[in-house]
Amino acid sequence: MADVPLIEARAVVKRFGSLIANDHVDLDVAAGEIHALLGENGAGKSTLVKMLYGLMQPNEGTIAWRGKPVTLANPRAARALGIGMVFQHFSLFENLTVAENIALALDAAPSHERIEQVSRAYGLPLEPRRPVWALSVGERQRVEIIRCLLQDPKLLILDEPTSVLTPQEAEGLFATLETLKMEGRSVLYISHKLEEVKRLCDRATILRHGKRIATCDPKRESAASMARMMVGDDVAAVRLVEHDASGPVRLALVDADHMPDDPHGTSLKSVSLEVRAGEILGIAGVAGNGQDELFAVLSGERLCDRAENVVIDGVPVGRETINARRKRGTAFVPEERLGHAAAPRFRLSVNALVSGHATNGFVRRGFIDRAKALDWVDRVTKRFDVRKGARDPEAKALSGGNLQKFVVGREILRNPSILVVAQPTWGVDAGAATLIRQALVDLARRGSAVLVISQDLDELLEISDRIAVMYHGTMSMPQPVRGLSRETIGLMMAGARLGAAA
Amino acid sequence: MRIVLEKRDDTSAFAAVLSPVIAVLLTLVAGAIMFALMGKDPLAALSTYFLSPLQDWGSIQEIFVAATPIVLIAVGLSLCYLSNNWNIGAEGQLVMGAIFGGFVAIVTHGVPNGPWVFPVMLLAGMLGGALFGLVPAVLKTRFGANEILTSLMLVYVAELLLDWLVRGPWRDPHGFNFPQSVMFEPEALALRLVETGRLHVGALLMLVVVIAGAVVMGRTLKGFEVRLVGEAPRAARFAGFDDKRLTLTVFALSGALAGIAGVLVVSAQIGQLQPTISPGYGFTAIIVAFLGRLNPIGCLVAGLFLALTFIGGENAQIFLRLPLDVTRVFQGFLLFFVLACDTLMLYRIRIEREAAA
Amino acid sequence: MTLLEAIILTVITASTPLLIAALGELVVEKAGVLNLGVEGMMIMGAACGFAVAILTGNTWLGVIGAILAGAVLASVFALLTLGLAANQVASGLALSIFGLGLSGVIGASFVGLQREVMPKLFIPGLSDIPFLGRILFNQDPFVYASLALLAGVWWFLFRTRAGLVLRACGENHTSAHALGYPVLRIRLLAVLFGGACAGLAGAYLSLAYTPFWSPGMTAGRGWIALAIVVFASWLPWRAALGAYLFGGVTILQLHAQGAGLAVPSQFLAALPYLVTIVVLVLIMRARSGASAAPAHLGTPFVPDR
Repeated sequence: MADVPLIEARAVVKRFGSLIANDHVDLDVAAGEIHALLGENGAGKSTLVKMLYGLMQPNEGTIAWRGKPVTLANPRAARALGIGMVFQHFSLFENLTVAENIALALDAAPSHERIEQVSRAYGLPLEPRRPVWALSVGERQRVEIIRCLLQDPKLLILDEPTSVLTPQEAEGLFATLETLKMEGRSVLYISHKLEEVKRLCDRATILRHGKRIATCDPKRESAASMARMMVGDDVAAVRLVEHDASGPVRLALVDADHMPDDPHGTSLKSVSLEVRAGEILGIAGVAGNGQDELFAVLSGERLCDRAENVVIDGVPVGRETINARRKRGTAFVPEERLGHAAAPRFRLSVNALVSGHATNGFVRRGFIDRAKALDWVDRVTKRFDVRKGARDPEAKALSGGNLQKFVVGREILRNPSILVVAQPTWGVDAGAATLIRQALVDLARRGSAVLVISQDLDELLEISDRIAVMYHGTMSMPQPVRGLSRETIGLMMAGARLGAAA
Repeated sequence: MRIVLEKRDDTSAFAAVLSPVIAVLLTLVAGAIMFALMGKDPLAALSTYFLSPLQDWGSIQEIFVAATPIVLIAVGLSLCYLSNNWNIGAEGQLVMGAIFGGFVAIVTHGVPNGPWVFPVMLLAGMLGGALFGLVPAVLKTRFGANEILTSLMLVYVAELLLDWLVRGPWRDPHGFNFPQSVMFEPEALALRLVETGRLHVGALLMLVVVIAGAVVMGRTLKGFEVRLVGEAPRAARFAGFDDKRLTLTVFALSGALAGIAGVLVVSAQIGQLQPTISPGYGFTAIIVAFLGRLNPIGCLVAGLFLALTFIGGENAQIFLRLPLDVTRVFQGFLLFFVLACDTLMLYRIRIEREAAA
Repeated sequence: MTLLEAIILTVITASTPLLIAALGELVVEKAGVLNLGVEGMMIMGAACGFAVAILTGNTWLGVIGAILAGAVLASVFALLTLGLAANQVASGLALSIFGLGLSGVIGASFVGLQREVMPKLFIPGLSDIPFLGRILFNQDPFVYASLALLAGVWWFLFRTRAGLVLRACGENHTSAHALGYPVLRIRLLAVLFGGACAGLAGAYLSLAYTPFWSPGMTAGRGWIALAIVVFASWLPWRAALGAYLFGGVTILQLHAQGAGLAVPSQFLAALPYLVTIVVLVLIMRARSGASAAPAHLGTPFVPDR
């Protein structure tokens, strides 16, 4: 291996106003290595790689390419050196074709034949003429990777690539990355999945609160020791106690069909499920397989064709509005924190009204009781440890984890008999994630029925009693989580029919 | 050099108050430059525009008279814009209100009537404005047709309809063939509040609407609904609000207020129907709504200010022979600067020298 | 020349300003910016074009003046919406109000003056072809320019890399930025182009369509151009279809008025506006909700730094 690192960040500093996102961070990636960049959400990983890709410029420090300091004024300059990047939230254009999307990332548009040839060579087949909106999440990632590979990159940066994939798709990706390594290319791999990192990566650099904590050999560390470095403390586990999850059915979906408003959405095809008092039912699945639509029909944001499609405590409510369902003791937490669960520019006390105006006594004869709403915010803050700069800040001023604690806490504090929650810990730091999961488990133990829609398989395996999988708008039979392997769920996520007859 | 915007964590309350003030000051500066370019003494011109109308009780009354329709409309438009409904056809809704109200005045002309005529005119005007405002709302909610374009197109339609009425069926038979209706009878005219001058009952109506609007927007669930639908439509659906019904409501309401404004214009200012009844109150109200921060009280302050420029503009036409369009230029400047200053609330602005690459 | 040929000839004339302005706005919207100030830029083009032509005695300088006027007004809009991330709808409205006012101030001393209408440009050989030649090649230079613009805009948007990049900015500015494209600069150029086109369309009104300036002479054509872009589903050739349709309605109602039809003239004059509304409804119905609009149309972009 060469002595001079392929790319090196030396004491880079990046500030956003008063916040220091990167505080004298060092990082070096050698030629032909797969290097992991580890850290919690908000540790500064994305900021660091955005600087390596020329999307942002450091306030201090230098970036060196093969030992020579370089200025990366924009991504084009980075690409010219041989740096490619696959974004976590893809940088694709839905209404353009695969070929157009690829052409946009290159200086000269490659022919369709070349796209097909390269994509096959790396085991990532693509059809150049298809519009991107018609592709699955895994296929979209292929487009991103292929358009990097067509530039013959020396360094490929991947931002949490497996968080959107099935376990089997992730295996395929690992194989591709190994191929790249054999070809002498380097990979900078951002993740917080430590088992993956241990398997795949040669070295790992760990960031915490914007600072580099350590660079280590992941094969010699345990997942727990790396987690400790990331979090700065031992990670508390969710306390699970023996319990009875066979209470009466509180929430049921019966043969629900639903056409989405969004022309690119997924329609639900005769979906049925039951959630019992005291249990947590997990819904797994790759994003875009009907989870948004499932949430919409369960919550009443979209009404079903027939009242019998949704049943709460034995009452058909498929034609009832979301507030009518809330009055029956149901609560909902949507996936999107900002814009769906909360309005970004409204204060928390006003955001308390969003889901609580019909049920929490905040409104009397049409007039809003502000003191009561503010008091509610204080209670959520206390019970769910919401950290914020002021008593009643705007929602957008909170960090992702704290806002998530607020929007989940806002519902759980009401002690709902049924809770439907989508992506409860998406993009949230480990501390907040544990607190939220514990709150969900505790709620179920108190006899509520909890439905968790999540892409995080580990999370579902940790807290669910049973797991069902969504695929192309259909729902599998739920399986008891005990004895269920990641591989089995992974196959179901890719469309294999299991346990349907059993 | 380039402008760099940094997001603020918290919307700056200080900037929210300051920005309209800065905008007004910048408008004065821009206006002075414009007058200088036109070869007029900037100070004399500005004082004609902004000070001359304040010098006697009669023209102060005129400011209130002109502000009344503008503020009424602007309060309604604020509700529309806050909820992301772009009604820019208030001018047409005003005309339609005048037609409906004028109809009542014309059919009661020359027959025994009573003091009920004017209230009935107001109700008819509300109805006309609301119905006309509902057209783009229905087209938006039922078919997804762009309300900006449809509401504006309907302005031309309403104006042509009025033109036809006063030249055709509603023309005063004893009016020497002038395109105008009969003069309204005293029962059809707005009640005057003072002996000398034109201050009329509409000013009180304006105050009532402003206060009611402020209470609804600041204290009630309905006000919250309006703001949430505009700020975060998905969160509004999550809150169980029906955005389509709200679209219909705010269009009907703002149409009704524009309709009242139309009745007041014809019954207090003109006294009859004519081919053109409004010097663009419906468009000025758009500026007032923004200058007033889409807040009813703000609309009142902004409306009085804009009315001042209307009266000042007339004075400037008489004394300085400046074209009336100068008033519109002023209004355009003002709206530009208000929008630019709005950025202050959401972002910190930094001018950055481009680093030499 | 037959009556039919004469009518088609006038339809094309009446449609040309709509087509030019609509094509300009189409490019702006494809880049993701909604500029509702077309009416204001157009009437400024009409006023400035006429003023420059009178002052210099040169029609072509007038045309250039009009283009510049439109572009200058567009740059004000760009400063607000791109530089300061101001609300695009409100800024566009402000531009229309401002343009209407300023054009009145500038044009005040030119009211009542007249100029020669821009002469037709005959193309030897082509202009003599029966029917087609006579309606297509018997026109003033603006008409040829509008057709060239139509072809050019189509070719640029769908056949060049720069056009692809511009469309990408309208589809997803975050992604375009992540790939290293200067989103704001591209949008600025698009907005300036749109302003220039609106100015040119205005010049057509005061220099070729009628030989004089009158306040408010655009009479809502800028707004109709905006409607045409929606009608066209952001496709250039359909914008041409839309423009000729609206031009046709305008001419039709003029002929109907001239023929002394028993319908009041005001009703006929309202026809183009009503047709606009009806067409907007029909096109949305036909599309049944699925929008062909650029995904990020009208959303301000502020890059993180």
